[in-house]
Amino acid sequence: MSNSSSQVEIVRQSLRRRYRKERRFRMYGIAAIAVALLSLFILFADIIGKGYTGFLKTTVTLEVELDGDTMYLEDPTNPDEIAMADFTAPIIAALQTHFPEAEGSAANRELARLVGSYAASDIRDLLEANPDLLGTIQTMEFLAHDTVSVYVKHADNPRYTVRLSERQQQWVDELMEKGVIETGFNDILFSKGDSREPANAGILSAIVGSLLTMFVTLVISFPVGVAAAVYLEEFAPQNRLTDFIEVNINNLAAVPSIIFGLLGLAVFIGLFGMPRSVPVVGGLVLALMTVPTIIISSRAAIKSVPPSIREAAEGIGASRMQVVLHHVVPLAMPGMLTGSIIGMAQALGETAPLLLIGMVAFIVDVPDGLFDAATVLPVQIYLWASSAEQGFIELASAGIMVLLTFMISMNALAIWLRKRLERRW
Amino acid sequence: MNSINSTIPGDATMPEKAPLAVEDPVTEERRETVEIEEGKTVGIPFSDNPKFALRNVEVSYGDTRAIRNISLDIARNEVIAFIGPSGCGKSTFLRCLNRMNDSIDTCRVKGSLMLDGDDIYDPRRDVVELRARVGMVFQKPNPFPKSIYENVAYGPRIHGLANRKSDLDEIVESSLRKAGLWDEVKDRLDATATGMSGGQQQRLCIARAIAVSPEVILMDEPCSALDPIATAKVEELIAEMSESYTIVIVTHSMQQAARVSHRTAYFHLGHLVEVNETNKVFTAPEHELTESYITGRFG
Repeated sequence: MSNSSSQVEIVRQSLRRRYRKERRFRMYGIAAIAVALLSLFILFADIIGKGYTGFLKTTVTLEVELDGDTMYLEDPTNPDEIAMADFTAPIIAALQTHFPEAEGSAANRELARLVGSYAASDIRDLLEANPDLLGTIQTMEFLAHDTVSVYVKHADNPRYTVRLSERQQQWVDELMEKGVIETGFNDILFSKGDSREPANAGILSAIVGSLLTMFVTLVISFPVGVAAAVYLEEFAPQNRLTDFIEVNINNLAAVPSIIFGLLGLAVFIGLFGMPRSVPVVGGLVLALMTVPTIIISSRAAIKSVPPSIREAAEGIGASRMQVVLHHVVPLAMPGMLTGSIIGMAQALGETAPLLLIGMVAFIVDVPDGLFDAATVLPVQIYLWASSAEQGFIELASAGIMVLLTFMISMNALAIWLRKRLERRW
Repeated sequence: MNSINSTIPGDATMPEKAPLAVEDPVTEERRETVEIEEGKTVGIPFSDNPKFALRNVEVSYGDTRAIRNISLDIARNEVIAFIGPSGCGKSTFLRCLNRMNDSIDTCRVKGSLMLDGDDIYDPRRDVVELRARVGMVFQKPNPFPKSIYENVAYGPRIHGLANRKSDLDEIVESSLRKAGLWDEVKDRLDATATGMSGGQQQRLCIARAIAVSPEVILMDEPCSALDPIATAKVEELIAEMSESYTIVIVTHSMQQAARVSHRTAYFHLGHLVEVNETNKVFTAPEHELTESYITGRFG
């Protein structure tokens, strides 16, 4: 009796120890998740807090008198006159109506620098398109000069330097009170390509470039990856050669992406003579990088199809091909898709290999097709982040947010697809 | 029964011999007492009207011999039960009958296996056609994760047995009726098959096997995952089906073998020890090993 009661005592003590261990282990887990969530929160708060201004533009709305005399322009249909005309003059004149005291060439220069350098060409484009407007008064909205924009958005932020004179700052303050200078949603960001001037720079060409590149990547890597996985899992004989291939595929997945860039440069551009900077080459390089990921995840998905299903199909006389196409692949599809989308999301964020094949160009126009010079989102962010003008800082942050949005939507798509396809069975 | 009980292995009166290298201790002890002569089967292994004529069958996985020189006839429209301890080779032997072992790379089958006079293992033989004639039901119910209708319709569809939707509907209905499942599922043919109970799933698998109109149905422990009520239903079904099909059933339950089969074959360590009329096997086994196996379970 005493023996069994002492055993109970031993068990009880060890139980207490076990529970303590368990509690401690659970605490470690919670702490780890908390740290992860906190870092994620800090990251997002920082990016959004610093970058949201990238989604804002500063505009100057002016009543512009399109007077032929001040512009030295009589006939807007004459290209020679258009080329010689002074379209800045009406803007200065319009600003002078707000500040009659500002006179002299120095003041005029400072006034002219309140609006962006594209303001004059806005007037020229308007007159070229509608010659009848010469001599009328038009209400026009101009983008503010980069320095004005920085002053309006970041006057209190020590990270930005205000490059306006005392007098200009006073003018801007006054104009803001009058509602002439306003901030609004930056539609230019989503409707234009890159520009030398932050206010005029958009991310659309990079988005389109990314989509085209991803399209090429998907079209090549998904069928190749899935077909390779199906062959290796279902049809290939088990021998030295397939073992060797398997080891190499696993190794390829770990090769640094810049190596793939060098390979693309040497093979696609050097050997096959494909053009530089185009989405096709970018897509091919990223496909090379993504295929191993897709093969590995697809093989895992195929392996996880229960053998009983295979037996069931074979048992009623399905051929090997029918077993694979009717049962194994559909059942493995959610896993394959998840792996592929995660591979694609990785490729979407890839910069290094694309730098090597020249997709780092300054692209103003939205690319028309797969063979048109393009850049991609992460490269655009890289370009902006390394630009000198202050306005590009917030644009880079805005670009990061756009890229993250794309990534999150792709991952959400992967989850949704998996849930949906799994429910079908 | 008492006299039989006294011969149970492990009895103190048994003479001690050097143990053979076998993993199952019970089997090991039994083997001490009896020598098995390879290729010799007691009882009535042959038939005048064989569906399967199997002669000198040897199956090996790599270096391991799983089946040692077995000869057996399976008669037309008979239900034959394979019994024996785990690892005795009965499932392996069953799977030779429709070449389900083909997908195992290391598996080698020797000997002559004839189905209606044609060699099953003829390299020119189409496995797909063979499996359409020799259907199979597995140990664990394994319906496709699709609808009930699709499960049954899949076989006829891939074999091109039905050209029109109405033909297919008919096959599905008659197969489900034969499997005794129609009344339970006729209102939810589009429901997913994996949502059914285990017993229903297994009967669905039987319906699926019937749907391609096979001549033979192989059953590999079809009731081992089912409760007694579902088991009773499946057994009832086997009795009904025996009129139109040849059925080979592997089972661990000797009561089941006794209830459903006409003949029973006892396997031991890859040998076919005894084949006889089922009631003969269970009441008056000829071979000592058969006797100790069945009494060991009952006793």
